[in-house]
Amino acid sequence: MTISIRSVEKKFGRYPALNKIGLEIADGELLALLGPSGSGKTTLLRVIAGLEFPDAGQVLFHDQDVTFASAAARRVGFVFQQYALFKHMTVAKNIAFGLDVRKGKDKPSRAEITRRVDELLRLVELEGLGGRYPSQLSGGQRQRVALSRALAVQPSVLLLDEPFGALDATVRKSLRRELRRVHDATGVTTIFVTHDQEEALDLADRVAILNQGVIEQVGTPAQVHDQPISPFVCGFVGEANRFEGGVLNGRFTAGSVVLPAARVADGKAVAFVRPHDLVLDADGFAVQVNRVHVQGALATVDGVTLTGQRIEVTVSRDQADQFTGAVKLSARRAHVFPG
Amino acid sequence: MAAPRLSTEDPAWAKALIITLVLVFLGLVLVLPLAAVFAEALRKGLQPALDAIANPDAIAAVKLTLLTAAITVPFNVVFGLCAAWAVAKHEFPGKSLLITLIDLPFSVSPVVAGLIYVLVFGLQGWFGDHLVDNGVRIIFAVPGIVLATIFVTFPFIARELIPLMQEQGTSEEEAAVSMGASGLYTFWRVTTPNVRWGLLYGVLLCNARAMGEFGAVSVVSGHIRGLTNTMPLHVEILYNEYDFVGAFAVAALLCLLAIVTLVLKTALEVAQPGAGRRGH
Repeated sequence: MTISIRSVEKKFGRYPALNKIGLEIADGELLALLGPSGSGKTTLLRVIAGLEFPDAGQVLFHDQDVTFASAAARRVGFVFQQYALFKHMTVAKNIAFGLDVRKGKDKPSRAEITRRVDELLRLVELEGLGGRYPSQLSGGQRQRVALSRALAVQPSVLLLDEPFGALDATVRKSLRRELRRVHDATGVTTIFVTHDQEEALDLADRVAILNQGVIEQVGTPAQVHDQPISPFVCGFVGEANRFEGGVLNGRFTAGSVVLPAARVADGKAVAFVRPHDLVLDADGFAVQVNRVHVQGALATVDGVTLTGQRIEVTVSRDQADQFTGAVKLSARRAHVFPG
Repeated sequence: MAAPRLSTEDPAWAKALIITLVLVFLGLVLVLPLAAVFAEALRKGLQPALDAIANPDAIAAVKLTLLTAAITVPFNVVFGLCAAWAVAKHEFPGKSLLITLIDLPFSVSPVVAGLIYVLVFGLQGWFGDHLVDNGVRIIFAVPGIVLATIFVTFPFIARELIPLMQEQGTSEEEAAVSMGASGLYTFWRVTTPNVRWGLLYGVLLCNARAMGEFGAVSVVSGHIRGLTNTMPLHVEILYNEYDFVGAFAVAALLCLLAIVTLVLKTALEVAQPGAGRRGH
């Protein structure tokens, strides 16, 4: 199912939550809506789901206008942030809910529903837990139940609101793999909302980055990380050292820091350098090393420039020894934006 | 060796003092009067007390009280569920006004509540002539008693449910609707089961008040023996006639009804922690 969002606007009172949002989602894609809280990402997801209607603009499912269609009519599967499982129903009843509510000849037979529930329990590796109540499950298991409940209606699109937000770090990581596996197994177009850039880059085919109700950039994880088109994206996705200074004749200068800025017009500018893009260079700018700490195969160096700007460098472990006292650094790559 | 005292624990003498104070207070204010009711009722033995309860007027009062509760409680269940659902799960203009109106019976004296009905439906009231012409009796009759009781017990169930429903949010309802459930189906299968313990609790409180209400009912009842006397009113009449054994016997019966209600309430509270795990 392809989804087109065309100049969608939504206001809450006077506060614009979505401002002329346009987005195309390809069939079978796994897309992340990434942004800080208040960026409008959840509102956009709810507009796509039909839980919220836009003030202006259109939502198209496969060229069909569904802007004001109900969530049920759109056949979306929605996984809520706190899962919203029905506490008084067993896991199996929860999963079967979307099938149980059907009427007449649309309603599958009891045997068919049981078969489908078992199949979904197997898909999310919860076999044998169909008779339990949600309160008897761990957070990760509840999340899987919510996922299979959303999949039970064979949705045209699967929508997840901060699906891993309520889980601890280790469970989160394994469930990420799980969602990717389920997505690949079912092939259903999937959109999930997250504020965790690592999660978005790790899991999604494409990432849409939202800020203050506007989509800043849409691209593959590599694109948004390596070719950010705005200071916001650069600062939000991945780690970066930020410098405020000016550009003159293709060179960015901020205090003692000098960076290449080939295609940027002269004037005030802001520059970002990824910690792993800084290398030792005898012709570079001077940095005083304060501390080196090891994180697995990498080492992070905390330093400070002559003008007092703090700087972070990531290098491989075997290079860490070279970072003592005063060193000289240059940037292999810098993202410079006029500002 | 004695277990080390926790830093958050009060010294033993303070605990003993506080517990004693509470027990003495409860004894004086609750247990003693309750015991006195039964003691007075049984002062001349069991038989006179039973005779007082078996009196036709007393039986009529018991029946009327039970009838009033039987009408009032279901009405308030329906109203309370609807009001709580509207207030907790939806946004609409005038919502805060509705909440204030639901609270009104709590802030208005029951006597005033009774007078309102006399003013509206009484012989000299706004609809008095019209009602007399059509032979409808509301004041000094059963409908008035029921109306006054409904007014007084109006907030009990709604007030119990509103915070509960608000706390639960709307995401379960949204989940149900997004899977194709209708509004009514969602209400019965998702919203109501989540509040069933709160609802039962509200029903018990509402029932206790419906059976025990004196002020509002006293104004609209007319105190016609065997016809418009509820149990609390009957107790008062007997007492004023110096029939102490009779008054206390009926009062004891009323107390027993209240105690049954309280025992049910406690039983529910004990059951409640496991409510989430149970299916039905």
